[in-house]
Amino acid sequence: MDRSSHPRSRRFVPVVAVAAAAALTLAGCSSSSGGKKSEEGGANASAGKATTPRMTVALVTHQAPGDTFWDIVRKGAQAAADKDNIKLIYSADPNAGTQSNLVQNAIDQKVDGIAVTLAKPDALKGVIGKAKSANIPVVGLNSGLSDWKKLGLMEFFGQDETVAGEALGNKLNALGSKKALCVIQEQGNVGLTQRCDGVEKTFSGKLERAYVNGTDAPSVQSTITAKLKQDSAIDHVVALGAPIALIAVQSVSDAGSKAKVATFDLNKELTGAISKGTIEFAVDQQPYLQGYLAVDSLWLYKNNGNYSGGGEQPVLTGPAFVDKSNVDVVAKFAAKGTR
Amino acid sequence: MRMTQHAEPAVKTPPAPGPKGSDGRTAERPLMVRVLARPEVGVFLGAVAVYVFFLIAAPPVRDGSSMANILYQSSTLGIVTIPVALLMIGGEFDLSAGVGVITSALTASMISYQLTMNVWVGVIAALIVSLGIGFFNGWMVVKTGLPSFLVTLGTFLILQGVNLAVTKMVTGNVATDDISNMDGFDQARKVFASSFDIGGVQVKITVFWWLLFAAIASWVLLRTKYGNWTFAVGGNKESARAVGVPVAFTKISLFMLVGFGAWFVGMHQLFSFNTVQSGEGVGIELIYISGAVIGGCLLTGGYGSAIGPVFGAFMFGMVQQGIVYAGWNPDWFKAFLGVMLLGAVLINLWVQRAMTRR
Repeated sequence: MDRSSHPRSRRFVPVVAVAAAAALTLAGCSSSSGGKKSEEGGANASAGKATTPRMTVALVTHQAPGDTFWDIVRKGAQAAADKDNIKLIYSADPNAGTQSNLVQNAIDQKVDGIAVTLAKPDALKGVIGKAKSANIPVVGLNSGLSDWKKLGLMEFFGQDETVAGEALGNKLNALGSKKALCVIQEQGNVGLTQRCDGVEKTFSGKLERAYVNGTDAPSVQSTITAKLKQDSAIDHVVALGAPIALIAVQSVSDAGSKAKVATFDLNKELTGAISKGTIEFAVDQQPYLQGYLAVDSLWLYKNNGNYSGGGEQPVLTGPAFVDKSNVDVVAKFAAKGTR
Repeated sequence: MRMTQHAEPAVKTPPAPGPKGSDGRTAERPLMVRVLARPEVGVFLGAVAVYVFFLIAAPPVRDGSSMANILYQSSTLGIVTIPVALLMIGGEFDLSAGVGVITSALTASMISYQLTMNVWVGVIAALIVSLGIGFFNGWMVVKTGLPSFLVTLGTFLILQGVNLAVTKMVTGNVATDDISNMDGFDQARKVFASSFDIGGVQVKITVFWWLLFAAIASWVLLRTKYGNWTFAVGGNKESARAVGVPVAFTKISLFMLVGFGAWFVGMHQLFSFNTVQSGEGVGIELIYISGAVIGGCLLTGGYGSAIGPVFGAFMFGMVQQGIVYAGWNPDWFKAFLGVMLLGAVLINLWVQRAMTRR
């Protein structure tokens, strides 16, 4: 930008840029490694197809847009729907009020079943009552282990966050950890807080907490770095989500710390990091299974009157540990985005 | 920060549009007052106050590598805050910058991965997309006369949806694939996400880019015709047009500069973290805007500097990381952040009031 900036030059810039891009493409800029070409194809799990009459199921979650975890839940639900000849209506909103409107929307559409997450159970109480009076079966998944029976849900599929945290705490003890850092990427999220509480319960060392802004990766990285510098005794970083764990690995090297990284939840980059050894282990609650079982259970109820857990006990999908010893088996599925 | 000392030339006071360029007050005031009346002085003092506070409260801050970490956090905000500030001086507003960063990173990643191209192809395509978004924002604002708040709110929502839907459509997942083993990645990483060793301290390259961009922006704003145009279109669009300032060009190009900033930080994120989650970036636009406002730019336009936002971003990074270095109870984190920022803004305001009242 100099004194001679001129309106006419504006037309020039995009032309040059497009030409440059075209030239680069023509000049054979294809990458010889990585990329789509190296990826092996693979369809989602499929187990034949039911011949039962078409039914409609709504899955309403508290997913924030663009989160890898919920994408896996949805894929599981879709796989069950495809197999069971079900039309799946998926909707989500992190705001509890909006989520309850989405459940109302499903009731208005007269669906044959609703699967719902109970991150904020009180906000959903009213609308779940309405579903029941409309004779629509409702099952719970993922969040709400302590509330699903109170709210009169038929079944529940998920992991007890506290139990998962406790398991992770025990694992840290076994690894000889003295001081760990629990990184919370969303301040005020009940499930995340329960995980840290669970770790604290069984962990015999000291557990510190840090809050980071999950929507801004550089800020996550610098905050974890700052915490590791502030407290050099920390020997384990516990992340509560796969993307955060991957960022934490960089923070550890930036801070010149010797801390190891462990995490809750998986995605395909994370399994790679476990095989490479940059991440020690992950506690998997098998989100695919949660979505799959929730939808499949509604089909079973409609066609055979079955209840998993008999309406008394929840069906636990985790905690399952993934570390170097079993990562190869899991990685295959994670690469497809289903674990 | 040598730029703050430029007190003499008359150009740097926002030239009022029209023939009455100066009413004579500027020349008569003593040097001291003129320096303190600069838009960046308040924020400079605020930043110093916050810095000194944390030097005392948080011992790890005294370490050089901690400062490098704080500067890194500030730079990733600051690189976008500078063009956002210029745009604000030009009288407009951009809410789409935060998700724009992610759009850019997603574009680069998906184009190189899906077409199995050298990553530089993706980088250039992302630049075109980012400048295009800026052009669209600017063009809509100029052509329709709608407030930029509304136009960019629209773009913000569109980009949020497109980021998610296109990523899911193309990759089958909501995050992009890892491109770290592809051709050109290491080169691009050197440009956008490497570190330098300075006296045993690892400093991220974004810090240097940030300061370089600030220096260029400051020079453009204070010493070039384009800088005058920016002040003029933000001060009074109609009289600016009357004296021959190309209003449409200036506004559209300012939006495109924000696009450039978003592209740069997007590339940093991509080459620093290898993959991008499509839902990120929401809410960061407000931090960019606060950085510019704390840095002394008026929300109404026509007043501000390019150096002020540097201190604005620094203050944000300093407070955010300082709280962690101090080891305070993290439950209060956001509240601390808010209180410290308000405090800093009040110091800023007080200095400006005290100095301009005479």
